[in-house]
Parts: sequence; C-alpha cells; structure tokens
Amino acid sequence: MSLLEIKGLGYEANGKKILDNLGLSIGVQEVHALLGTNGTGKSTLAYLIMGCEGYRPLSGEIVFEGRNINELKIHERAEIGITMAWQEPVRFEGICVHDYLALKKRKLNPAFCLELVGLRPELYLDRSVDKSLSGGERKRIELASVLALDPKLAVLDEPDSGIDMLSTQDVINVIHAFKENGSAVLLITHREEIALIADKASQICRGRIVCSGRPEDVTEYYKSRECLICDGEVCG
Amino acid sequence: MSELDELMKAFGEAGGEKSIIADKETAHLAVSGHKILSARDVNGLEIETKETFTGIAAKVRVKRGVNIHNPVHLCFGILHKKGTQKIKMDVKLEKDSSAHFIAHCIFPKAENVKHIMNAVVEIGENAEMKYSETHYHGLYGGIEVIPVATVKVGRKGRYFADFTLTSGRVGTLSIDYSVEAGEYAVTELTARVFGHANDNIKIKEKVVLSGENSRGLIKTRVALEDEASAEVTGITEGNAAGARGHVDCMEIVKDCAVAKAIPIVTVTNPLAKVTHEAAIGSVDRRQLETLMAHGLTPEEAVDVIVRGILK
Repeated sequence: MSLLEIKGLGYEANGKKILDNLGLSIGVQEVHALLGTNGTGKSTLAYLIMGCEGYRPLSGEIVFEGRNINELKIHERAEIGITMAWQEPVRFEGICVHDYLALKKRKLNPAFCLELVGLRPELYLDRSVDKSLSGGERKRIELASVLALDPKLAVLDEPDSGIDMLSTQDVINVIHAFKENGSAVLLITHREEIALIADKASQICRGRIVCSGRPEDVTEYYKSRECLICDGEVCG
Repeated sequence: MSELDELMKAFGEAGGEKSIIADKETAHLAVSGHKILSARDVNGLEIETKETFTGIAAKVRVKRGVNIHNPVHLCFGILHKKGTQKIKMDVKLEKDSSAHFIAHCIFPKAENVKHIMNAVVEIGENAEMKYSETHYHGLYGGIEVIPVATVKVGRKGRYFADFTLTSGRVGTLSIDYSVEAGEYAVTELTARVFGHANDNIKIKEKVVLSGENSRGLIKTRVALEDEASAEVTGITEGNAAGARGHVDCMEIVKDCAVAKAIPIVTVTNPLAKVTHEAAIGSVDRRQLETLMAHGLTPEEAVDVIVRGILK
C-alpha cells in the first residue's frame, strides 16, 4: 500500500484550472521528486496535500495510509504524520530557534537537526526566527524544524531555492536524513541535480503528471522539454 | 504577616525573586499603598523618599561616574481591592554614570484601584539608564494605570525603557511618555501589553530628536482579545542633522477587539530621517498554518504567536 495516493485530483482558482485529474503515488520512506517549471501547479499540490486554507479539491481524493484526508484540517494532517516546509518560510517575532525546533515534543534533538542543515547550533539556537535571519538561514531552520518533527511524509516546496549553490549538499544531506529516519519526502524542485537523489520522480505540466519513473529518466525528459514556461501545449 | 512580607509574597507569586530585599548589594524601594515599607541605597546611589497623602515621592540620584552594578528594584503595589497610589519620581543620572531600574507593579486583587506614576528623569552626558517596568495584575480588571514620564537625555546619553503588562487584566491603561534626546543620544521605548475582556489601552510615546545624530526607536506590541481596545500613538520628531528615528507598532486583534495605531512623524531638518511601520490585524495566516503544520492546534498556534510578539 502506498503511503500517499492521489487520485484524479482537480483544483481551480478564479475559474482557472490549476490541477487537472492529477494522480501521484508515494511509498513509505520514498523520496519522490516533483519537477516542473513555474506555474505548473507544484505548490498548489503541496498546499492541497497539507490542507492549507482555501485549498480543497474540486474533485478526486487524497488518501494517506488508506484514509481519505480531503476534509482534514492542517493540524489534523500534521497529527497523522504529514508536514510541510514552505518555499518562503514565515518569520516569527519573539520565538528563538531552539523553541521553534521544540514546539511539540519531538524525537530529534534541535542541535542535531541544525547541524544537519549546515548551521552551527551554538550560533543559532538562541537567535530569533525573525527578520534578523537571512533568507537562506531561515530556510535551513525551516528544514531543520521539519526534520525535528520526524514526520511520515514531509512535503518540501523547493528546499533548494534561496540557498546558495555551494550548500546544495546540505539539502541533499537533509533529504538523506529524512530517509534514514523513515520519512517519505515529496521533493518539489526545479533542479535536476537535486531530483537525481530521489527514489522516484515525476514531472508536472499544466496540473497533470506527464512523466513518472526513475529520476534519471524523468530529469532527461524534463531537460529535453521544448517549453521554458509551461503552457501545457507541448507536454500536455 | 507584615505588609512587606505580603507584598513580597505577591511579588514571588508573580514570578519575582524575593531575595532582592535582603541583598545588601542591591538597592531597592518597596512601597505598598502610601507606605514606604523598605528602602536601601548602595554606594553611589542615593534614594530620598517621603510619604505623601496619596502615595510617595522619591528622589533618586546616581553620582557622577558611578556604574551601579546590580539592578535597582522598585516594588510598588496595592494589595487591597481598593485604593489610590501616586508615585512621584525624580531621577537623575549624573555624567558618565549608569544604572538599571526594574519596577515591579503588583496589584493582585484590584477591583477599584488607581496607580499613577509621575516621573521626571534627567540623564547626564554619556550616562545610561535602563528602566524596565513589569505589571502583575489580577483578574478583576478594576484598575487604572497612568504612567507619565518626561525624560531628558543629555549628550551621548542612553535611555532604554521597557513597559510590560501581559499578566492579568489590564483594566484602563494610559501611558504618556515624552523623551528629548540630545546630541548623539540614544533612546529606545518598548511597550508590550495584552488586553482582555473590556480592557482599555492608550499608549502615547513621543521622542524628540533635538540633538545632532541622535537616535530614537519607539516599539509597541499589543495583543487584544474579547472586547478590548487599544490606541497607540507613536510620535517622533527629527529636528537636527543626522537624527534618525523609527516608530514600529504591531497589534494583533482577536474576537471583537479594536486596535488603532497613529504614527506621527515630523522632520524639521532636511538631514534628519524618521520612518514608521504599523501592522494591525488578526494573526498572520501563514504563521498560523506553519505552526499548525508543525502539529499545533489553531488555539496553540495563536498562543505561540501572541506570546512571541509580547516577549
């Protein structure tokens, strides 16, 4: 049985079709890369899986461990083991990194999680998760916080954006850490080198999965696409 | 139990460290109602007090070049349900001196209580004063707090004031602070208040940057729930070359609460610059969703966000 099974998912915003009969399956402990250009519906899919406000399927089902979760609220989904790292994490005034990484009783030590994302705990644990952090630092802390949750499924929306190229290895280390801890990952990315570390990959175009399989094959297919901006005409 | 013991008991229950009264290295002034219960000064710090018909009057002086090592604790309280307490403070920090004052204002049973503070503060050249005032109120809301301060900060002087009222009902609060900053002087005013039920909050803080290259920051954080209301007025005047000021107000409202922010920035010198930002509204949805994705219920998430901004 798949951990996450998405069947015939449809979603519209302002009368525009964003996801169109989308199907996707992620196994237990599987790292699944989702490749796609801007505007293809990657983040929308992430919000629908997490159950964000205003994101409810128009059609189809999101099934987690055999249970339809279409109507569950965000915290209820978190309770059963789904979590998410937003592409642009928000900042919090008055909350220090240590407390942020220990909001709920978590299995993993905050300092250990910070080290995994390339941050020295002694320099960061007492800092606030506020605007004093750079975009890259905030992003790493978000990844550390998701890791500390020890989820069954982590949806990572472009974890590699906003982090410099040199630290791509840190992102890869985090993905490996998720896997070692028994988590599955839906890894949303533009970057082929990140997608290649996945167990499986899919390409999304105009709200539909147009290619799915081995990461090597999917990244080749993605690289050979003729459209730079998705209009659904070529892939679709 | 003596009145001082009672005041200290209430202070301890509010999370304060009771041993400060016995510490001979730490200056303090403890006042209950109109009565001075205990006072101690230390080398370089003079506290002159007298009881008045409605409260007390105190003159505090930190001598030239003296740095008071331990914070000076000021405990003001009314332990009864009813009463008025007027505190008149005259504080002077002489040239090159420094001190940190921590005021604990304790009104655990207030049903019809009025606490009025009138302070005149003079900070000499290159002197530094930190003033932290924390209130511990009960759950009845029958209290009126009126702190008024006029502060003058001399050349290269520094003044940092922090007002916190996040424990218990606010009642009616009306803060009126005014600071004039001299050449190269630095001023930071911070207020954090959490209003509940029908609490009424008015905060007016003014910084006049009259000296060249002076600096001023007014930072206000207010959270409101139920039918509480708040009006925050942050005024900064940049009147000299190189003066820099900023007004930063954030108010979070829940339920039927009403918040208002009035930033007033004035510049009379073309080489001065004053900026402001104000954010008023309900709890940020993205913040809420992020915390919920971390497993917190909506109520827990709001609590974490509110506690964060009031920290």
